[in-house]
Amino acid sequence: MKPSQEQELWMYKHMLISRFFEETIEKIYMEGKSPAFNMANGPIPGEMHLSNGQEPCAVGVCAHLTAEDIVTHTHRPHHVAIAKGVDLKAMAAEIFGKKTGLSGGRGGHMHIFDPKVNFSCSGIIGQSIGPAAGAALSRVMQKKPGVAVAYLGEGAANQGAFHEGLNLAGVWKLPVVFIIEDNSWGISVSKRASTAVERNSDRAVAYGMPGEFIEGNDPIKIFEVVGKAIQRARDGGGPTLIEIETSRLAGHFMGDGEAYRPAGEKEALQKIDPIPLMQQRLAKEYGFSDADDAAIKAEARAIVDEAIQFARDSEYPAPEEAMEKVFV
Amino acid sequence: MSQVKERKLTIARAMAEAIAIEMRTDDKVFVMGEDIGELGGVFGNTRGLYKEFGAERVRDTPISETAFIGAAVGAASDGMKPIVELMFVDFFGVCFDAIYNMMAKNTYFAGGNVTVPMVLMTSTGGGYSDAGQHSQCVHATFAHLPGMKVVAPSNAYDAKGMMIASIRDNNPVVFMFHKALQGMGWLGTEKDAIVHVPEEAYEVPLGKAAVVREGTDVTIVGITSGVHHGLKAARELEAQGVSAEVVDLRSLVPLDRDTVIESVKKTGRLIVVDEDYHSYGMTGEIIASVVEAGVALKAAPARVAYPDIPIPFTRPMEQWALPSPEKIVSAFNTMKEI
Repeated sequence: MKPSQEQELWMYKHMLISRFFEETIEKIYMEGKSPAFNMANGPIPGEMHLSNGQEPCAVGVCAHLTAEDIVTHTHRPHHVAIAKGVDLKAMAAEIFGKKTGLSGGRGGHMHIFDPKVNFSCSGIIGQSIGPAAGAALSRVMQKKPGVAVAYLGEGAANQGAFHEGLNLAGVWKLPVVFIIEDNSWGISVSKRASTAVERNSDRAVAYGMPGEFIEGNDPIKIFEVVGKAIQRARDGGGPTLIEIETSRLAGHFMGDGEAYRPAGEKEALQKIDPIPLMQQRLAKEYGFSDADDAAIKAEARAIVDEAIQFARDSEYPAPEEAMEKVFV
Repeated sequence: MSQVKERKLTIARAMAEAIAIEMRTDDKVFVMGEDIGELGGVFGNTRGLYKEFGAERVRDTPISETAFIGAAVGAASDGMKPIVELMFVDFFGVCFDAIYNMMAKNTYFAGGNVTVPMVLMTSTGGGYSDAGQHSQCVHATFAHLPGMKVVAPSNAYDAKGMMIASIRDNNPVVFMFHKALQGMGWLGTEKDAIVHVPEEAYEVPLGKAAVVREGTDVTIVGITSGVHHGLKAARELEAQGVSAEVVDLRSLVPLDRDTVIESVKKTGRLIVVDEDYHSYGMTGEIIASVVEAGVALKAAPARVAYPDIPIPFTRPMEQWALPSPEKIVSAFNTMKEI
């Protein structure tokens, strides 16, 4: 299952939107945080987990999904939220804690909920799994179309929730695909130091489902492998576990000194940054010119700028609105 | 004049009947949990549902509370109305994240744009020598954390009406049922919990306490087993010439402080009874609420709660530690008059 030219351009554009968004957030995040770094200061306070480098996991999967499909994600959610079609202006405003944000500022960057496109995430490792299985069950029981995709990091595969959730999905043959974004680091602890198997996809056999490992952080390969899994889920063939080798080009969170990284690792990863690689691929396959590239980049940049401006211009909620929406 | 035929049900039967009524009228309602299918639930509250609705809507799960409670959160947010059973509330330790970080917070974090209309039903209480991993109430542990309603009926009429109200509620509801009130013979049976239950659907509102016995000298506030201890104590106190009012809280969240405060305004004395642990619990919350309201008290409030110890197994220790009518009477008789 090869992507069409149109799909590849969509993938590239959303990788760009995601990267530009993260780069912009990174700059704004540091406003008010120097010379002394205090997480509570600046227009974007709190923890910030950037997804630079992991864009292929977002677009290679979400290219197969529509708004009615369900995605649950993690504490590092921006790239997938963007590829899933979450309203970028409202998402940016949420990250800034503004009234116009997706949740009126109650959730912030780790709790992005956009029911219009069935996207949600949780700041707790492994808690994307159960809700995705349940949403998949819901579609089966309601005889409604749609599959669920649960994203998790490779570190979450060592959580009990992983074992329980995948077994449940396996025994009930639910239309759900589990996507592990293996960036090889759980904060500062490497996959090798924390995980008894080299590939978490090998664990699929324990849950009665196929397991696939995708090397190379390659959006096209991801598109191909995940496409089959999603089609199998849509056809009633049950769940799949897919682990994607990807790269975390940023720290775990903003402010992470990354002293634990072996010397040269980051530089090596930057040499295989998926965005220029995708640009080269488009040039080779479709004669995508520098002018074409400049145009798509300008378009992506404008989308990000508009969202960030909207967030900046929006008002904060009244403090006492904190008391609302506990129960509905 | 036609007479309504009395139809006494146990809490277990009343819960199953409520669930069945809602499942017949709303195909989004389904049940998940351990041994809730063919077995009918370890505590009988899903009996008959599997036969009527089948394995698709009455789903036995693996022993995977994190997975199936998390799944209920996902299903509820996708338009279903799951009822899940956590067999013993003591087991919350293996799955609390799905409960208090997901079920209870998703609506708020979504700014009200996502709803989680699910019921988590769970058994509480001891008194039958099951020791400290199968006998706890942990009312306050759940009620302390925002975002979930917490209810616990003391009789079959309330159990049916509150289960229907819980299923119809747009928010997550933790529905606690006390094992000794369940009407399962093997757990001992509190006869006063077995009451007339109308056949039709009806709701008992969540967040409304009930004055189950009127009196003028002291207010005894309880929930589940505490209500029955309170009623028995009230009968003993009556023999002493003391008129005790008994309030059944029925809900911990929302908490009907007004009913309690109104009662204590009348009686001037307050005893709170709870099978949950003594410190940092419901008893302290009720007393604080009355004091904060500035109610004029004739005596210092008292509490009869479980001591701050893990629940012991052996019969003499276990029975000694539990709240009882005798302890309530003694609390009244030793109240420090102001």
